[in-house]
Amino acid sequence: MIRVLEAPFDPAEALATFIAGAGEGAVMSFVGIVRGAGGVETLTLDHYPGFTEAEITRLVDALIIRHRLSAASVIHRYGKMRPGEPIMFAATAAPHRRAAMRALDELIDRLKTEAPFWKKERRDGSDHWLEASDADQTDAKRWAASDG
Amino acid sequence: MRLLMLGRLSHLTIDGSTIPPSISDSAALRAHLGVEWPELNDPKVKLAVNQTLVHGTVPISQDDEIAFLPPMSGG
Repeated sequence: MIRVLEAPFDPAEALATFIAGAGEGAVMSFVGIVRGAGGVETLTLDHYPGFTEAEITRLVDALIIRHRLSAASVIHRYGKMRPGEPIMFAATAAPHRRAAMRALDELIDRLKTEAPFWKKERRDGSDHWLEASDADQTDAKRWAASDG
Repeated sequence: MRLLMLGRLSHLTIDGSTIPPSISDSAALRAHLGVEWPELNDPKVKLAVNQTLVHGTVPISQDDEIAFLPPMSGG
């Protein structure tokens, strides 16, 4: 299930829902929480309604096939958030743990670079648009060989 | 034509109904808008036509939704 939403969500509830439909074997999950380092007051994500959901769905569908997952889920917020608020939930399920772990690692790396979002940080009273960090780009390149 | 500006371009409010019908492909649209808004000429700004990312020059019509996508930050 892919959800792109503005309202806060409860990661515990998201995980419980995912587990209920995941089948036997292993479930891995990840929760991203807005960082306040560097004096960030708010983080605002712009998205392109319809396009953003479609791109994340395409990414997740390819991952399910590549890692033979039994299920995968992404919940991602847009709009304005404060440090400490959950921004992303991602989960994978597979008959065996290594596939679920590896798939989740790849899913997060790809979301961090390929998901169509535009981030704006508010620091010291002014807004700064961000691009994917060099570290995130390097992490995502680890999976480039499995594209195709 | 419906024009959408994302991310750092979102402060631009451009009325798509002012685009002349003679603008019939994506390169012509970019050149037309780029006169007033040079940031739209940046090759790092990608175009999506009716929610599909396009590469190179593609035909467009007055009924299309055209989105200008600056480099993404990821999630």
